[in-house]
Amino acid sequence: MTYRSRAVSFFAVLLLQVCAVAQGGGQLRFCLHSDPKTFDPVLVEDDASERVRYMTGGFLMRVNRLTQELEPELATSWKLSKDGRTISFQLREGLHFSDGTPFSAEDVAFTMQRLMDPSLHSPTGDAFRSGEGKLQTQVTAPNKIAVTFPAPVASLDRKFDQVAILSAKSPKKEMAVLGPFYVADYKAGAYLLLNRNPNYWKRDEQGRTLPYLDSIRLDIQQNRDTEMLRFLRGEIDLIDTVDAEYFNRAQTEEAGSAHDAGVSLDPEQLWFNQTAKSPIPAYKRAWFRSTNFRVAVWEAVNRDDMARLVYRGRAQAAVGMLSPADKFWFNSALRARPYDPQAALKLLAQDGFHLQNGQLLDRDGHTVEFSVVTGAGNKTRERMATMMQEDLSKIGIKLSVVTLDFPSLIERITRTFDYEACLLGLTNMSLGPDAQMNVWLSSAENHQWNPSQKQPETAWEAEIDRLMRLQASSLDPKKRKDAFDRVQQIAWEQAPFIYLVNRHALSAVSPKLHNVQPAVLQPYVYWNIDRITMNAEAASK
Amino acid sequence: MIWLRNISIGILAAIFLASLFAGTLAPAPYAKQFRDEPDAAPSRQHWLGTDDLGRDRFSRVLYGTRISLLLAPAAAFLAAVLAGLIGGVAGYRGGWTERGLMAAADLVLSLPWLFLLLAVRALMPLNVAPIHSVMITFFILGCLGWAAGARVVCAGARSLRNSDFALQAQALGCSETRLLLRHVAPNLRPILLAQFWISVPVFILAEANLGILGLGVSEPVPSWGSLLRELEGLTAISGKPWVFVPLLLLIVSVTSFQVLLMDQEMPV
Repeated sequence: MTYRSRAVSFFAVLLLQVCAVAQGGGQLRFCLHSDPKTFDPVLVEDDASERVRYMTGGFLMRVNRLTQELEPELATSWKLSKDGRTISFQLREGLHFSDGTPFSAEDVAFTMQRLMDPSLHSPTGDAFRSGEGKLQTQVTAPNKIAVTFPAPVASLDRKFDQVAILSAKSPKKEMAVLGPFYVADYKAGAYLLLNRNPNYWKRDEQGRTLPYLDSIRLDIQQNRDTEMLRFLRGEIDLIDTVDAEYFNRAQTEEAGSAHDAGVSLDPEQLWFNQTAKSPIPAYKRAWFRSTNFRVAVWEAVNRDDMARLVYRGRAQAAVGMLSPADKFWFNSALRARPYDPQAALKLLAQDGFHLQNGQLLDRDGHTVEFSVVTGAGNKTRERMATMMQEDLSKIGIKLSVVTLDFPSLIERITRTFDYEACLLGLTNMSLGPDAQMNVWLSSAENHQWNPSQKQPETAWEAEIDRLMRLQASSLDPKKRKDAFDRVQQIAWEQAPFIYLVNRHALSAVSPKLHNVQPAVLQPYVYWNIDRITMNAEAASK
Repeated sequence: MIWLRNISIGILAAIFLASLFAGTLAPAPYAKQFRDEPDAAPSRQHWLGTDDLGRDRFSRVLYGTRISLLLAPAAAFLAAVLAGLIGGVAGYRGGWTERGLMAAADLVLSLPWLFLLLAVRALMPLNVAPIHSVMITFFILGCLGWAAGARVVCAGARSLRNSDFALQAQALGCSETRLLLRHVAPNLRPILLAQFWISVPVFILAEANLGILGLGVSEPVPSWGSLLRELEGLTAISGKPWVFVPLLLLIVSVTSFQVLLMDQEMPV
């Protein structure tokens, strides 16, 4: 074979490979960790249903998980009124649901009315409920609609990222979808099959119909060990969220399959019980209500070590209530508190704490010891608590680690308040302060350290209440950002939550998949599901 | 099979002695975190390497063995005593007493003990020192473990009640309490001993199961259960055979107990 013919063969093979990749098709397989509770996008509240909604739903606009910018989808453009109550959409024309039913502004009106129907208690609808009164929809043309809310809604446009449009006329009801896939088959406890929506409206840059994949098979698989084994055996193509231990294994065993998109939105946090009605001794409550005590604990915990050992370097010491992954809302003036046991002891001394034979005592001579509760079976949190135990022993604090089954834990932290400190993690599904209202308002039930206060019990909580309400009612992005920056500053200074680490967004993806761009917003891997392809060999299987 | 019995006794004695002298043999405190050496392979400093927090695994195995091997027999003793009392009285008295006590035993046997333990743990005060939580865990195991033994003891006591020597003693005017304590109880001793030996490995495994669920002995105190949790992850199983040492110890100890048990005379 001459060099020329070899070169021709090489380019021919290359061309074939490019064509093979681009031709699309094939079945993507991955796991859901439980059965979806509903296919009705309005009623979604569990993770599995949310994932199905993401892949099947058609949305007016959508947050690009990579850029975190809002992008048009079914709506080509939208306009917010000055009073923040009305949003007007210009819709795409000539679109059809998966069953062939035409899409129009009537469907958007129907979806919004259903979403705000108080009898349905839609969790997605709750985000839009800012005041008493009825929602009004005005269809001015088949492709134009204005939606008016009874009161101004902050970040109104971004909230539509969760609203999948339903058909008002389709006999298939919620099973008729506008997203890239539709539910073709479901066997409870076994699998869910999504097929390509033949009427999906999007085209790629070359004008070809999306999505590239023929179908998606979602196996219902609770056990994460089994999921990882199946991934390594090539039986499934991706794991959207993996922990650090599995991440390292995937990295070792299948080169190029492990993806670390960087620090995620999700924090691990500790808080002390400051509730007046809790059955803990008054002197302990006094410690927990002391800002110096809380900040001292924060500074005495080596969170870099936690990130390095517990998360194998796949996490970073948290700065405060928001992760730096939230590019717009994160207060960049804040810095992660350094590990400094000596500074912690100085702060404690200001409140009369003192060391005696290596044991910390308060000014009344009580030994400083407390327990931290966390969920049983969560090895990561148990490890974190064990590290805290050793770190706090260096400043003379005795810490007991108690693992409880989850219902008992929830009972203690929400009803009986019979606990001293709690270590838990949060999963943040959205950016900014909107999802934080139910935590930071002192009247909120999820204001964990001291919930459901009739009046704010401290001046700083009153200030946070004021600022949170201000940002929620303001339509000026700068004003909102300034207010929320201040909230982050107060939370950092007062330390009602001791933020430990922010986990990285880790995922595992088979090298046979293309166009995968892992992001730090969920879903990490398949947020662009309509553009994911697999190589020809995999697709032909 | 005397040689097998002797080997078992030797193994158990060696393990007991090593755990008893853990304070002298352990190269480091069991809770000390060498954070610059996490997941280290065996070395001169750390004979069995370190765990993911850098704790010396050999030290933790020694202390964990002490806890599991000392407290499991204690719990087994408690269960055997309860079984002896309840089963003995039920079998000897017969009638409604037997029916009532055996119904209670059936009830205990039918309880989902795991959920019961979960509930008891949830009700316990939180500020319990780790060593106390260990003792409470085994105490609960002991309190819940009497029922199966009680049924066996009851059967034994029932046969003794109708034996010739019991009838003779009754005919001679021996009081019921004296008959039970001086004549029946000594004859139940082999059964109780067998129950004790059966319970020891059962409780070791029960604590290990609880540890795997994160509900056994609390950190930083080690036990075989908590040490076995290292085998949970896939990564632990590959390329680190030394993490299997607690499992090996558990298997060897339970097997040795079983060998001793087989060697006991089974009178019933």
